[in-house]
Order: sequence, then C-alpha cells, then structure tokens
Amino acid sequence: MIETIRSLGRWGLGTFERLGRGHLFLFRTLAGVPEIFLRLSLLVHQLFSVGVLSVFLILISGLFVGMVLGLQGYNTLVDFGAEESLGVLVSLSLVRELGPVVSALLFAGRAGSALTAEIGLMKSTEQLSGMEMMAVDPIHRVIAPRFLAGLISMPLLAALFSAVGIFGGFLVGHGLLGVDDGAFWSQMQVKTDWYDDVLNGVIKSIVFGFVVTWIALFEGYDATPTSEGVGRATTRTVVHSAFAILGLDFVLTALMFGEG
Amino acid sequence: MPLIKIRDLHFYRGDRAIFEGVNIDIYRGKITAIMGPSGTGKTTLLRLIGGQLRPDRGTIEVDGQDVHKLSRSELYELRKRMGMLFQSGALLTDIPVFDNVAFPLREHTDLPESMIHDLVLMKLQAVGLRGARDLMPSELSGGMARRVALARAVTLDPMMVMYDEPFTGQDPISMGTLVNLIHKMNDAMDLTSIVVSHDVTETAEIADVIYLLSEGKVIEKGSPVQLKRSSSQWVQQFMQGLPDGPVPFHYSNVSLADDLFAQEESA
Amino acid sequence: MMQNKSTEITVGMFVAAGIVALFMLAMKVSNFSEFNDDSGYQVTAEFENIGGLKVRSPVTMAGVRVGRVSDISLSSDTYNAVVTLSLYNNFDVIPTDTAASIYTAGLLGEQYIGLEAGAEEEFLQNGDVIDLTQPALVLEQVIGQFLFSKAEGDE
Repeated sequence: MIETIRSLGRWGLGTFERLGRGHLFLFRTLAGVPEIFLRLSLLVHQLFSVGVLSVFLILISGLFVGMVLGLQGYNTLVDFGAEESLGVLVSLSLVRELGPVVSALLFAGRAGSALTAEIGLMKSTEQLSGMEMMAVDPIHRVIAPRFLAGLISMPLLAALFSAVGIFGGFLVGHGLLGVDDGAFWSQMQVKTDWYDDVLNGVIKSIVFGFVVTWIALFEGYDATPTSEGVGRATTRTVVHSAFAILGLDFVLTALMFGEG
Repeated sequence: MPLIKIRDLHFYRGDRAIFEGVNIDIYRGKITAIMGPSGTGKTTLLRLIGGQLRPDRGTIEVDGQDVHKLSRSELYELRKRMGMLFQSGALLTDIPVFDNVAFPLREHTDLPESMIHDLVLMKLQAVGLRGARDLMPSELSGGMARRVALARAVTLDPMMVMYDEPFTGQDPISMGTLVNLIHKMNDAMDLTSIVVSHDVTETAEIADVIYLLSEGKVIEKGSPVQLKRSSSQWVQQFMQGLPDGPVPFHYSNVSLADDLFAQEESA
Repeated sequence: MMQNKSTEITVGMFVAAGIVALFMLAMKVSNFSEFNDDSGYQVTAEFENIGGLKVRSPVTMAGVRVGRVSDISLSSDTYNAVVTLSLYNNFDVIPTDTAASIYTAGLLGEQYIGLEAGAEEEFLQNGDVIDLTQPALVLEQVIGQFLFSKAEGDE
C-alpha cells in the first residue's frame, strides 16, 4: 500500500520534472531562434530535411483524403439533392479540420520521429556534449534551426494538403460523379470564408507545428542516450504528438468556431 | 602554479558518491593521467572540469578561474581554450571530416574560407589524415575518428586537451599511433594534457604524473616509475592487472555457504 | 558548412509551392477576393427580427450580390436590430426608398438580405438609412398565427 502511494508520488514528481524541463528547454530554444536569421543556411538545411522530405507524403495523402471526401460527400449529399454543395463540404472539411490535423499527424510521424531519432542519436554519440565543449550551445546551433524549420514547414504543408485535397475532391466530384464544375467552385467560394475558415486553419497548423516540433526535439534532447532510449523516445514523440494535436484541435475549434 | 587546481571535490550521483574529497593539481606542459577502475567517475571528472557538471562541494580552478562561478558566456570563453577528445570521437555525423575540423573555426571566428582551408589542412596533416578530408565520419575506423577528433580539438589552439579513454577499443597499431600523437602534440603545441584511461601500459608510457582514483578518493599519485614501485597492494594490483587482491574478484555478497544454506532452508 | 545547391533549390520550391497553395486557398477556394473591394459604402436598416442573419451574410438585389452585412447591433430605443449593410461601390444607383427584407436561401439554408428597388430619383449614400424593412420569418410565429386564425375562423 505504502509502496503504491510512493510510486504514485514518484510518478507525479517525475511528470512535473519532465514538464518543467520541457518548458525550460522551450524557452532556451526560443531564445536561440533570433540568431538563426543571421545564419540562414542552417535554416535552409533544416527546411529541407523537415519540410521538403515530407512533401511527397503530404501530397499523396492529401489527394486521397480529398478523393474520399468527394465520394463520401457525394453519396450523402445526393440524398438531399444538394450535390452542388460538394465543393463546400470538401473545402470546409479540409481547410478547417482535415488539412491541419491530418497533415500534422503525418508530419509527426514523418518529420517528428526523424527529428527525435536524429537528436537522440547526436546525444548518444556525444555530439551534443562535444559541441558544448567546443563552446557551441547545441540548443542554439542544433535545436533552434530545426524548431524554426518545423514552425515554418507545418502551415505550408497543411496548405499543400488542403489544396491538393480540394483538387482530389474536384477530380472525383466532377470527373467521376459529374457534379457541375461551376457550382462546385462557386458554392465553395461563397461559403468558405477567408478569415473564419482558411486563416483559422492556418493558425491551427502553426500551433500544431509548434507543438509537434517542440515535442519531437525535446524527446530527442531528453532521451536516455542509448539505442533503446532513443527508440522509446521516438515512439513517445509520435504518441504524444497525436494526443497533443487532437486535444489542441478540440480546444482551438471550440475557440474559433464555437460562437458560430 | 598549476593550470588546474581541484580542491576537496565532492560529487554525488543520486545517493552514490562519485568523488569524496579529491585534490588534484595539473601542471602546465605536462601530461597528467587520471587512472582507475571502470566506474570511478574518470569521465565525470572531465565533465566537471569542462563545466558540464556542477560539483556538490569543492572547487575546480582552471587558469585561475573558478569554473563553476563563471557566467555562461565566461564559461564558453574558457571552453574555447579547452579541447576535449571524447571516447567516441563525437564527430558530427552529417558533415565530412574537413567540415568537422573546420567547425570550431567557423563557429568562433570570422576567418575567410581560404584561411580556414589552410588551417584545417595543417591540423589534418598533423594527425596524418589530410587525405581523408572528404570522407564522412561513418567511413572512418575508430582510430581514424579519434585522430580527426583530436585535430578538431586543437583547431582553436587551446591551452589544454582532455582525452577521455583515448585507447579503449583500439587495435595495437592505432593505439600506438594515438600514444605517439598525444605525446607529440603535447610537446609541439605546448599543451597541457589530461588523459583519462585504464590502459596502464600505454598511459604509463607517456604520462608525467599519474593519479590513481578509486571509490571517490585519490589512492596514489606520482610518476609512472614511482607508482610501479609503490608499496600499496591496491596500486600493485591495478598496475599489474591482477585478478584478485584488495579489489575482490567476487562482487560483495554473503558468504557462499550462507547462500547455499539459505536455499536449502527455503526449499 | 558546405551548402548543397540542390538543397537550396528544393527548399525554395517547397516554400514557393506552399505559398502558391495558400494563394489558391485564398483566391480560388475562399471569398478572399471579395475583401479587396471592402471600401464599399455603408447603409443601415432596422429590422424587428433578423432571425438567423449573421455578419458577412450576403446582400442581394434581384439575386445579384451587391454587398454584405458588416455589422449587427441592437437599438436601445426601439429594441430592434440595427443591421449595417456594406454595399459595393459599383452598385451606387440604389434608390433611397428601396425595401430590405430578410429571406432564407432554400428551405433550411442561410439567411440573406434581399433589396427591392424603389422609384425615387435619389440614390443611397454612405450613412443613409433604409426605412422600408421586412423582418425575417420565424417559423414558430408563422405557425402560431396560422393556428390562431384557424381557431378564430372556426368559431
């Protein structure tokens, strides 16, 4: 009994400790971000490995998600004789929800896990402490550029996802199911609001990019420096990111669209 | 006056004491070896000197400055004058050898690229790996990686270099090369070297002073010759690598008879 | 650090593609283009009941979109809804005695304001008020009235 309470207490303390470390880590990272603008080549390099390498996955997934939306939406809407609204359904679903959320989940799986593994490996091979001994702060030199790259990449990837998805929905809706293309686009334009829908979606994806990159980098930086530890940290990145994305999505949606 | 002055150093990891009142003096221009069995915190000592860890008690002075009272930027300034060779080499795996050696120069100086090029090649030449400049760290053998790391550790012409287990896991040839290099570098560049190791023969070959650490204390110090003549049984066991002695072969335990007896009783 | 040229190029392409996608979302998917002529002129109209009308609901005339609702507030004197309409500058010949009504697009669709042109020679200016208004139909009220008149008729 006492042992149970003790272990519960230890667990609680451990959780708070990690939470504290995670935030201190974030503050130090943010402090390192301004320097990056003086050395853009570091950022470009990371934009490549964080952003560009995720593009293919995002495009393909976006296209399929959009096509499925087109099919499913059509089957539902046709019962109400409202198949002209297919464009609205596809665009709103993608721009408000699926674009930011699904691309963030994919991003966590592709780029997030890679970041954790990379940083964890750098830690376990003493590269990070090696840098410290060379009087180079690894948080500024290694973490901050990756963080900024994630923050920039995520909204761009989400926009690509939504755009390709809408195109996929159009392909299925117009090409396969014969929805009038004029109605598809014009209804979409009338009902999709630039501020309420598109910009809110972009804000969501920026928040997701922030959180996923933070989680991924922290897990890597805080990993037990063994191959087993890095493996576990990578798993944690994907799991925690998924929780964070879906939880935050609810909060953000309630804030943004709650008042109608 | 010694370059590094360690006084009354205490360091704990959890409940386990790593150091309990260690005093060490490291003199300029000498090669000082810190030796001891695995797990005595030799690497920890280097991290304490480098300011990556903070002692629970006691002071470490490097070149007259108390390492753990420095501000962050002062500490970083001090580190530019310290080189450290990690056991694994700690080369940056995503860039080639040349860029690895150029790394400290590019981070800390505004030298033109042509000058960096010359400086890097000179350092690589010193460790005999000028021809390997375009290789990636993954293409190097362990010994070569350590030599590249050594070249990198001395690119900023530091006042001292710390070697963390430089001989571990090396074949005899690259071990010999490294022993030679450490010795030559120390003399040629007027360095102060600290070698942490448990390879007795190699270390004894080049060290001017050896400190023997065990269980958080300095057991013995002196020149290699003095140590080999030491009357202490413990020192003799360590220097000659005897399997049993003051450091027991058996992990501390109840006596074998008791253990067997207890089993019978419970059965 | 040696920077690979092709890395830079692909990163450039990636950023450009992302911005193009955002641009497409803006111009092709959403109503962003409408905000360009946000400098329309404002007129207000008082309604007894606006039903489900919202800010940014469309304002149409003969089915053609001529503006949007830019603000909704409650008058403290009359307890009516004061709706500010933002009309596009190219529709600047709307007579002052124009009537504004709130309609519903489709059976369950969103509500919008329909304008019916009057016969005056003078046209609406910025800050003018539309006096002739017809409130939104609230389904419960309509049904209630219908039942009431039916009951009275039976007696």
